[in-house]
Amino acid sequence: MSLDMNLNTIANRNPGKLGAWRAVFRLRLICCIQYRIPALAGVVTQLFWGIVSLLLYQAFYESCPTAAPMTFSELVNYIWVQQAFFALINIWCMEPELSGQIISGDIAYELCRPQNIFALWFSKMLASRLAATLLRALPVIGVALLLPAPYGMTFHGDGWTMLLFIVALSLAALLNTAIIMLAMALMFFAPTPAVFSAVAIVGDFLSGLIVPLPLLPDALQRIAYILPFRYGADLPFRIFTGNIAGCDAISGIGLQLLWLVLLVSAGKKVYQIALRKMVLQGG
Amino acid sequence: MLLYRYFLINLKSQLQYRAAFLAVLAVQMIVPFTYIASPYFLIERFSNLGGWNLAEVMLCFGIINGAFALSELLARGFDMFSRQVVSGSFDRLLVRPRAIELQVLGSTFEFSRIGKMVLPFIMLGWAVWIQPQLWQPLKLCTIALMLFSGVAIFSGIYVLQATLCFWTIQGLEVANIFTNGGQMTAQYPLNIYKKWLRLFFTFIIPFGCVNYLPLGYLLAKPRFESPLYALTPLAGFLFLVPCVMIWRFGVGKYLSTGS
Repeated sequence: MSLDMNLNTIANRNPGKLGAWRAVFRLRLICCIQYRIPALAGVVTQLFWGIVSLLLYQAFYESCPTAAPMTFSELVNYIWVQQAFFALINIWCMEPELSGQIISGDIAYELCRPQNIFALWFSKMLASRLAATLLRALPVIGVALLLPAPYGMTFHGDGWTMLLFIVALSLAALLNTAIIMLAMALMFFAPTPAVFSAVAIVGDFLSGLIVPLPLLPDALQRIAYILPFRYGADLPFRIFTGNIAGCDAISGIGLQLLWLVLLVSAGKKVYQIALRKMVLQGG
Repeated sequence: MLLYRYFLINLKSQLQYRAAFLAVLAVQMIVPFTYIASPYFLIERFSNLGGWNLAEVMLCFGIINGAFALSELLARGFDMFSRQVVSGSFDRLLVRPRAIELQVLGSTFEFSRIGKMVLPFIMLGWAVWIQPQLWQPLKLCTIALMLFSGVAIFSGIYVLQATLCFWTIQGLEVANIFTNGGQMTAQYPLNIYKKWLRLFFTFIIPFGCVNYLPLGYLLAKPRFESPLYALTPLAGFLFLVPCVMIWRFGVGKYLSTGS
C-alpha cells in the first residue's frame, strides 16, 4: 500500500513518457539499498571466493606455466572484476518476488497497471541488481586493490580501455537481465523453477563464470562464442584485463548490442504470447 | 527407531508431488557438472595439478562432493533451522520429551540431493576402478571412512550455522563460506594451496582429514607412507563433539522469538 503511494508520488514528480519507468527503477533502487547486512555478507563471500580461486589457479599455473593462454595478472584481474560485479553478472538469481507472482497469481495486479509488464519487470529487476552491485562492488575492488602481488588487482589500460569496459559492462547488465527475463518466461509454461535452474547452470558455464573462457578447451570456447551468454560476462572482463582490445573489443560490443536487441524483442514477444494464453484462477 | 520414522515420513511426503520431485532431482543431477568443470578442463589444459593427475584429483572430488550432497540430504534440518526459529516452531520441539538434536535433524530431509550424488559417485567409482593400487580391503575401508567423515564435518558446520540463529534469528549467509566454500576448496587436494589456507582447513575445520592426509596414504605419496594416515578421517567425527557442545550452549541461551 505505502509502496504504491510512494510510487505514485515519485511518478508524479517525474512526468513525461519515461517518468513511470524511472520512478519504478528509483523506488526499487532505494528499497534494495536498505539491505546492507546481506551486502556485507556478500562482500565477504566474494572476497573468499576470489582468493581461493586465485590460489587454485596459481597451483595450476605453477604445474605447467607454458600451457596458460592468458597471463596470471590478466587472470587475477578477470577474477576480481567478476567477483566485484557478480550481482550484475550472474544469471541464476531470479527475482523470487517477480517469479512468485507467476505461480501465486498475483501477476493479475501487475496486469492492472497501465504499463507493459515486460518493461515493468525488466526495470524492476535491473534496479535491484544495480542496487546489489552498488553496495558490493566498491568494497570488493577496494580490498582487491590492497592485496599484495600477485593477488592484487591492477589496471594497466588507459582511459579508452576504461571507457570500453564501462560500455561493455553496462550492455552486459542489460543483456543479462534480458536473458533472465526470457528464462523466467518459461515459468508461464512450466511452473517449476527446475527449468530456469537448468538454463542458469548452462549459462553460468558458457559465460565464463565457472572457468574463465580462455582456459576452456577450444571446442567449448567455439560454442560459447556463438551463444549470447559470454557477452554478458566474459567480454567486459577481458576488455578490462586488456586480453581483448582495439577492433576486437569494438566488434564485441557491436555483437553485444545485436544480442540485446534480439533478446529484448524476443522477450517482449514471449511475454505477449504467454499473457494472452494465461489463465488466472480466482481466489 | 524414531529417526527412521522421521526419515520415512519425510520421504513419503516429498514423493507426494512426484513430478515436481523428479524435476528437482533432474536439476540436482546437473549441478555437479559445474563443480567438475574446473578440475576436469583445467587438468586437461595444464596436464596436472601440483603433481596430482586427473584420476587422483577425481578421487578427492568424488569423496568431497559425495559427502557434501549426503550431508545436505541428512542435515537439512540444521541448514534450514532459521525458519524454525523465525516461525517459532522450534519452541514446539522444545516441549517434547525427546532429544532436541534428533528432532531438528528429523524435521526435514532433502531427498532431491540424491541427484547431486550421482556424478560424484560415478567419478569416485571411476577413480577407484582405474587405480588398481587402491583395490585393497584397508584402502577401500579408508575411502568409505573418508566419505562418512566428510558427512560428519559438513554436518558439524550446519550445526554451528544453526547455533548462530539463536542470536541472529535470520540465517547468515556467511556460513556458506564454510559449507559451499569448504566443498569448493576441498574438492582438490588441499596441499596445492598456500600454507595458511591448508592449515585453516586442517586444524580449524578438519577437511584435511578427509582430504590430502588419507589421500597421501591411499596414493602412496612420499612422506605419507605410515598407515596411521588411514585413520585420520576419524578426526572428522571428533569435530562433531565441539559443534554439538556449542549447539547445546546455544539452546540453553535461547529466549524464543516471541511469535
